[in-house]
Amino acid sequence: MNAQNFYNQVCRRQFLGNAGSCIGATAFASLLNPRLFAANQSPNFSPKARRVIWLTQAGAPSQLELLDHKPGLEAHFDKDLPASIRGEQRLTGMTAGQKRFPVAPSVYKFQQRGKSGIWMSELLPHISQFADDICIVRTLNTEAINHDPAMTMLQTGHQIGGRPSFGAWVSYGLGSENSDLPAFVAMISRPSGPTNAQPLHERMWGSGFLPSRYQGVRFSSGKDPVLFLSNPPGINTERRRAMLDDVAALNRLKFDEVQDPETQSRIDQYEMAFRMQAAVPELADFSKEPAKILERYGPEAKKPGTYAANCILARRLAERGVRFIQLYHRGWDQHNNLPSGIKSQCHDTDQPTAALLFDLKERGMLDDTLVIWGGEFGRTVYSQGTLTRDNYGRDHHPRCYSIWMAGAGIKGGHVHGETDDFSYNIVKDPVHIHDLNATALHLLGMDHTRLTYRFQGRDYRLTDVHGKVVRDILA
Amino acid sequence: MKRYLLLLWCMGLPTGVYAGDVSYNRDVRPILSDKCFSCHGFDPKARKAGRRLDSFEGANAELKGVRAIVPGSAEKSEAWLRIISEDSGEVMPPPKTNKTLTALEKQIIKKWIEQGAKYEQHWSFVALAPVKVPEVKNSNWTRNPIDRFILARLEKERIAPSPEATRESLIRRLSLDLTGLPPTVAEVDAYVADTSEKAYEKVVDRLLKSPRYGERMAVDWLDAARFADSNGYQVDRDRELWPWRDWVIRAFNENKPFDQFTIEQLAGDLLPNASMDQKIATGFNRNHMLNEEGGVIADEFLAEYTADRVETMAAIWLGQTFNCARCHDHKYDPFTQRDFYSLKAFFNNIPERGIGAYGNPIRQNAPPFIKLPTPEIQAKINRLNDQVKEVNDQLAGLTSKATSGLNEWSGRIVQSGAEWKPLQVTSASGGDSPPKLDADSFTVEVGPQETRANTIKLGVRIPAGNWTALQFECGTRASSASMQWSEVKVVVPGVKGGKKSPAKLRAIASGNSIAATESAKLVDNDRKTRVAVSVVADRAMNAVLQMETLLAVSGTVDLEVELGVENANGPTRWRVLATGVNADLLVPVAVVAVAKKEETSRSAAEKKQLSDFRLSQLPEFRNLNDRLAELKKQLTAADNDTPTTLVMEEMKEPRPTFVLMRGAYDKPGEKVSAATPGVLPALGTDQPRNRLGLARWLVSPGNPLTARVTVNRLWQQVFGVGLVRTSEDFGAQGESPFHPELLDWLAGEFISSGWNVKQLMKLMVTSATYRQQSRITPMLQERDPENRLLARGPRFRLQAEFVRDQALAVSGLLVDKIGGPSVKPYHPPGLYEQVTAGTGYNVYVPGKGDDLHRRSLYTYWKRSVPNPAMLVFDAPFRESCTLRRPRTNTPLQALNLMNDPTYVEASRMLAQRMMREGGQSVDTRIIFGFRSLVARSPKPAELAILRSAYDRSRMDFEKDPASAKALLAVGEAKNDAALNPAELAAFTGLASTMLNLDEVITKE
Repeated sequence: MNAQNFYNQVCRRQFLGNAGSCIGATAFASLLNPRLFAANQSPNFSPKARRVIWLTQAGAPSQLELLDHKPGLEAHFDKDLPASIRGEQRLTGMTAGQKRFPVAPSVYKFQQRGKSGIWMSELLPHISQFADDICIVRTLNTEAINHDPAMTMLQTGHQIGGRPSFGAWVSYGLGSENSDLPAFVAMISRPSGPTNAQPLHERMWGSGFLPSRYQGVRFSSGKDPVLFLSNPPGINTERRRAMLDDVAALNRLKFDEVQDPETQSRIDQYEMAFRMQAAVPELADFSKEPAKILERYGPEAKKPGTYAANCILARRLAERGVRFIQLYHRGWDQHNNLPSGIKSQCHDTDQPTAALLFDLKERGMLDDTLVIWGGEFGRTVYSQGTLTRDNYGRDHHPRCYSIWMAGAGIKGGHVHGETDDFSYNIVKDPVHIHDLNATALHLLGMDHTRLTYRFQGRDYRLTDVHGKVVRDILA
Repeated sequence: MKRYLLLLWCMGLPTGVYAGDVSYNRDVRPILSDKCFSCHGFDPKARKAGRRLDSFEGANAELKGVRAIVPGSAEKSEAWLRIISEDSGEVMPPPKTNKTLTALEKQIIKKWIEQGAKYEQHWSFVALAPVKVPEVKNSNWTRNPIDRFILARLEKERIAPSPEATRESLIRRLSLDLTGLPPTVAEVDAYVADTSEKAYEKVVDRLLKSPRYGERMAVDWLDAARFADSNGYQVDRDRELWPWRDWVIRAFNENKPFDQFTIEQLAGDLLPNASMDQKIATGFNRNHMLNEEGGVIADEFLAEYTADRVETMAAIWLGQTFNCARCHDHKYDPFTQRDFYSLKAFFNNIPERGIGAYGNPIRQNAPPFIKLPTPEIQAKINRLNDQVKEVNDQLAGLTSKATSGLNEWSGRIVQSGAEWKPLQVTSASGGDSPPKLDADSFTVEVGPQETRANTIKLGVRIPAGNWTALQFECGTRASSASMQWSEVKVVVPGVKGGKKSPAKLRAIASGNSIAATESAKLVDNDRKTRVAVSVVADRAMNAVLQMETLLAVSGTVDLEVELGVENANGPTRWRVLATGVNADLLVPVAVVAVAKKEETSRSAAEKKQLSDFRLSQLPEFRNLNDRLAELKKQLTAADNDTPTTLVMEEMKEPRPTFVLMRGAYDKPGEKVSAATPGVLPALGTDQPRNRLGLARWLVSPGNPLTARVTVNRLWQQVFGVGLVRTSEDFGAQGESPFHPELLDWLAGEFISSGWNVKQLMKLMVTSATYRQQSRITPMLQERDPENRLLARGPRFRLQAEFVRDQALAVSGLLVDKIGGPSVKPYHPPGLYEQVTAGTGYNVYVPGKGDDLHRRSLYTYWKRSVPNPAMLVFDAPFRESCTLRRPRTNTPLQALNLMNDPTYVEASRMLAQRMMREGGQSVDTRIIFGFRSLVARSPKPAELAILRSAYDRSRMDFEKDPASAKALLAVGEAKNDAALNPAELAAFTGLASTMLNLDEVITKE
């Protein structure tokens, strides 16, 4: 057994308890598997999911209009939310001064969908067609009450920046299945309607204290889907290849002299860079996609940078073995004019999301792809600002909100958890963000208590010291 | 054996542990700490079965008839029996902890018990004592005491040190380490030619004196202090703290002793007669992030900032992970939660608000801050203040004019009020959704929402007459509606083909209208000043704007009216009205009420109200007042041009500090006062219980940690890995020092030199250890891949900043200006879009000229979207204290170096230097470029590759001049037009090839 294999083994064993000291040995880290981004750790047990597509709805979609059906609210129109319900829940600085908390029923109707008959909003006609494939979790909850800490919590398991994002953990734990593409890709789309879009920080897909090779690589819609991907003007592929051959030849001479494994690794990284220069444009080129498939994603499918186009990219990335694909669609922060705002958001996202599910299913990939749809918290049942029959706003609500999951190992046509009549408190089966993350890691074949990294003397986890796998939503 | 050694390395344990005695600190504590202390350690709340293993008393205590540790006998020690138990209910650590002991770890524990189970105070808390420099056999090799420590160990391991590196290699290594820049070809030549005995030392001294030294040293300190140019949360607005960065650079260049460096940054404001510079230094503690999100609860984030200060201070000076003691007692180290909050009390007395100034203009600092006007700005401010005084004097002189004829005027007011005629709206457009005209076309409805900064355009028909003023009325039919109204513009179309002219409007108050002081924001040509409009059904608001020139209309005229509106929530209904009444009769209701009273029954205040209003209508007054407004605008502008910097200040009444239960801001527990942790030497009774006392305590000679932690970090900077690898953690979970005696000796030297940083740097870089070549032999790769033994010189990739700085330097582009505000070099477009709130765009606007080519530590650092080229090379986000950067090797780095315009431009300019300064032949030019980057000349095989690459591209570009032209157009810097484009493009390609070499981005 050579030293490299041996080290690899040691690391794998250490992974069970003390991965940090191994990965931290930088001289070795890039030797573990120089072709890939990740440490190539093996899963703890047989995984259901090989990859994750996280459809992040940034800004916090209202559960009351989309997934948490509350028919009884009509009777409470414009009545104050009972104090007994409101309890001691803290309010944001935006509604803390409000004199009244008038209940605002959803202006949108719900219907039972699929064989399972789960209630879904008329705003989601396309996703509703997959009612029997998805599992709605109505009792997700978080402590954070403002966007930045809440989104940081959703992505990293901690409200303050500095921890690795979910995708970085997965990339660290499982690595990539494609040597030409990163293990973790993030994409952002803007709302088409005039609505309030919340900022997103690089830390959302950052690697925190994990080595930066595990951070998400952002794909954007411009000339360079990956930063610095394109050769400069005047340098074509042949010239680049020739230059890389020269660089490699010179680096090899250096390696022969100094024997530094980092030099060898650098040679490999330049080769991967070259392969990415070919692989990424091929990925972003939809010209070979059949028209009937593009049509599924709706009118914006061919417009780069839209949520629809990103959904197609997500499927193409999944097909190419990318481990963690994170989409962000901004604009769900409806403090006012919620009915028109949320309608516009659903117009942007409903059809493409459904098309993505359709494509995955058609290709048999939904079986090993975990799809998660949701935002950073929910919204209040009471109106922020003026309430009328057809217009109102909703403030942030962390105590309970709804998301859905589908695919690998998820129980389809199922609703988990129950909220009270006002979707204000959880009545049954709470799911904390840590539980969601523990469950997703479980589906990926990893025990969330064992995926650790030693930093500042402590073994950190995505789920901190919390989290339990939500067995009830597993198929 | 090979495997066994590797395992030891992997665990960070020194070799040889097996052969000799077991040491508690070196061998046992790391195992106990990692595997046992979280349940049997310092934290009583987490302690299981009442058993502690972190002290002899605890381990030996008889509980339920058993002792965990019985010195000399493993078989009698319950801990041992539990460790080797095969019963899953008995075995320690319990399976559910996911912790297991390796065979080697078990043997270490067994041996330690058998050797008497001696506990030791944790090594880093042991007071520094004089250290004997070891004897070595090959003393000829050593140059200073560092070498004797290193060599003694090497001799024990039977490994010979590597030969000294070449002079080219040495001067490059030194220049990169001490200045972050490579040596010039001339500097290399001079050193190679210098045969004097002191040649090496002369280079070291020259570099230590270079102003570039301070810039290089500052980079690591900025990481530690989490310096950035933005606040870091949500929309991530700018802050201004660069004067603090300048202070850091100055301090390193002046070689400010590290104790003073510490005291000024932590407590400069509390020093007697604190200078401006000492106050600027306190910006250190304001580098933390600042939340400015709309719904922020101030207390929650105040708790965050103060905790950040504690954690950062503890990490940098004490090497302790205090974040672990925020919610509970530390599980591994002897720090209590109370210790944490007692330290917080030092940092909790700042007049700060806990939230940012949301809605304030960009670049507005959150108090406390100080202003730092340049002499020019100060002179301008003084001049403007003089002018303000002059105008105010003249205004005072007008008072008598306002009082004469007052009664006659007030009589006229009572007689006739203004009559307002509603105007017909002929067209309406703009807004999120189009405005709707009422059937009678006198009213237009705007909204229900305006999310952008919208402009509503109205056509308003005004009939024949002489018009003096317009009134804009805003109401709603909804129960309430609100918006922000920013501007009103009225354009009078030309009569009979004449020119259009904007009506000059003046905000006045008339009737029940918005006060003129407020409505002035509508006519100040500044969209950033806005009137908050909030209306409810049946209660409209109105603004009255007088037309400075009477509008005489014969027939009808359609005015073009523009209303700037944004952030509307709810539908608003608008009317425009006009009056022809004499302007001096446009009077607010309150003034009319006073005028109606008999003169004798008016109070003094009412008389003044009347005359003040009259005064405000006098043309002379208005002229002077306009002048005053203009001067004040200039003063504000001068104020905005004045740099500010965040500082620390102490409140007169200290804010009470409480232990926060589970770290939650809203769960205060016991009240605490400022105190240092109990396990460390006490804060002297003669010292104040404030930041000054704390800072002095940190650098007092009795403090066992500060000097050790600091020399270790500087060692890490030079040698790549600290003597303690975990430079941020000197606690039980951190690594024990690889060379404990050397660490203590260096710490002692550092203190006795008067905390002299340059002297310490010099000591390290003049050692024989440092001067070894860095080639890695197969034997060293196997036995010591991380180079902890230092049987070879350091070899590792440059930090992000220096990768770029080097390219700028060799291309001749680098601007050597020191300090000043951050600059914006080239940057991929579009990245800032993601941190835009609402629907506007946040755009990175690259600087021009010098701004593009400053050293990278001056690059604008936005926490939400840090400069991507820096991130790719492992720069941290600067969200929290970073004392050790990872060093990764990724394809994104390759893409950056190949394709970033920064490097394409640098390649062009280096190519130009090769052609101009590299002699006449292609080979000498290649050699010049190569030497500019790596100091040495290329070997024949390397030259052959480069030469053939040149020949190939030269032919290629000659056949394809368009590509050559395109390549040579990347970046702002201009090439010499006289140079042959195909040749220049070929050399550019070659320069780019060289800039991408592993050796070039590596210090070796």
